[in-house]
Amino acid sequence: MTAKLKMSQSDAACAEGSICINNLNVYYGDRHALKNININLPTRSITAIIGPSGCGKTTLLKCFNRLIDSVDDITVTGQVLVDGDDIFAPEAEVTDIRKRMGLLSQRPYPLPMSIYENVAFGPKLHGVKEKSKLNEIVEHYLKEASLWDEVKDRLNTPASRLSIGQQQRLCLARGLAVEPDIILGDEPTSALDPISSHHIEQKFLELKKEYTIVVVTHILRQARRIADYLIFMYMGEIVEHGPAKEILENPKEKRTQEYVKGIIS
Amino acid sequence: MKRYKIEEKVFNVLMKVATGIILLSLIWILATIVYKGLPYMSWDMVSRTPQGGFYMGKEGGVLNAIVGSLYLAGGSTILALFISLPVVLYLNVYRRKKSAFSTFIRSSLDILWGIPSIVYGAFGFTLMLLFGLKTSLLAGIITLTLLIIPIMIRAMDEVMLTIPKGLFEASYSLGATRFETATKVAIRKTLPGIVTAILISFGRAVGDAASVLFTAGFTDNIPTSLSQPAASLPLAIFFQLGTPVPEVQGRAYASALILTLLILAISLSSRYFTKRYLKNKI
Repeated sequence: MTAKLKMSQSDAACAEGSICINNLNVYYGDRHALKNININLPTRSITAIIGPSGCGKTTLLKCFNRLIDSVDDITVTGQVLVDGDDIFAPEAEVTDIRKRMGLLSQRPYPLPMSIYENVAFGPKLHGVKEKSKLNEIVEHYLKEASLWDEVKDRLNTPASRLSIGQQQRLCLARGLAVEPDIILGDEPTSALDPISSHHIEQKFLELKKEYTIVVVTHILRQARRIADYLIFMYMGEIVEHGPAKEILENPKEKRTQEYVKGIIS
Repeated sequence: MKRYKIEEKVFNVLMKVATGIILLSLIWILATIVYKGLPYMSWDMVSRTPQGGFYMGKEGGVLNAIVGSLYLAGGSTILALFISLPVVLYLNVYRRKKSAFSTFIRSSLDILWGIPSIVYGAFGFTLMLLFGLKTSLLAGIITLTLLIIPIMIRAMDEVMLTIPKGLFEASYSLGATRFETATKVAIRKTLPGIVTAILISFGRAVGDAASVLFTAGFTDNIPTSLSQPAASLPLAIFFQLGTPVPEVQGRAYASALILTLLILAISLSSRYFTKRYLKNKI
């Protein structure tokens, strides 16, 4: 009875575009990588997940779009609700879940095709066929990722010829083109030069008006610059979470204080 | 002299010597074939089938073996591709996780790769007896297919293993299924490697004598159906070299030259076409 009540409460709290996590546990073999994660992520804002390396930040992020499925020897228990649907439910369609989220990984991985085809890849998979519509989509999302002016004359060259910063913006455009509600970033600026990083950060600040953004980062200053909401993780647990300002200026937990001050990293 | 400098020098010399040995043996083989075969090259050699008394030094050519070899190697390469590609995609896209099963498959294929082709020939022969086939183009193609499948799969597998995990994740995160990821991303990314794997397999199939000896047989005619026996260049070389007639032995070298040129032409042209196809794609 109580379980049912809890469900309906979390369902109600889970508005469109939000991610709600109930009792999430992840094991790599015997290693307990994520321990009892319970949190609701705010919509249309930037949530940053911070914490020392190996604390489970990326694992948590990979649960959101079920990329965790492809990891060896993994066990996941608990619930992750996206738009109110449990994405780990047996009947959940994994491609539909992933369609709702754009992913920016640590390094850009352009698909082995042209710049144009990279952006058109998702929409084509999901049924857009007319050339004119595709042209529109490609132009729109390249502009959205502030890449259009740099590539408009060479849309048919291979994406691998772009600089790494441009590639990351292409990956952003490619992710946005499937019209997700949520953008996931796994240390998306860690391979980029300062100017390209700045580009991506600015983009995130603009995009948060329309998207729910979750970013894993190990750069505290980056979290300070862009995050509205912070989650501090340590050894597979959420130690503290709350509005970014509060966590950064007034951390309650000792471990958070130490991390913010740079004593543990 | 410092120790690392001596090391550097020694390895430098070793590498150059090793490369030199490879190059030298290649040049030696080619020079022998050209030197001994070129005087016997003629239009007749490539345009006519053996006439009466060909193996005694009378007129004719090895068109039967050229066409037979192309049929055998072409047929088996295509057939092997249809089997290998799904296996490779299964191992690398569908079953990306490490498992005892995929390790088992890979090591089985490595063992199959090392089995001498005469064993494949004998195996093909028992298959023929089982199914009541006669020596024929079809039996030859099936046997050669079995011979080259391990080579083709492992060669493709090695290139697919180099695809970074992040690329698969990128494709999945856009909502692509495993099938779409396999066909639209994995194959595209590794196309040059796949072409190389096909070429290696074709080269092996076109150059193998032992596995077709019992299965495809040998004939002076060009096969017009799958159920007829087919000649092949390696066997043609073997039979001609086995005669005591110098003229015919010379033609054996000319046949070897034809075989070499054939492989060269196919290799160069397919590389050219892949390069052109990929020029603006990867």
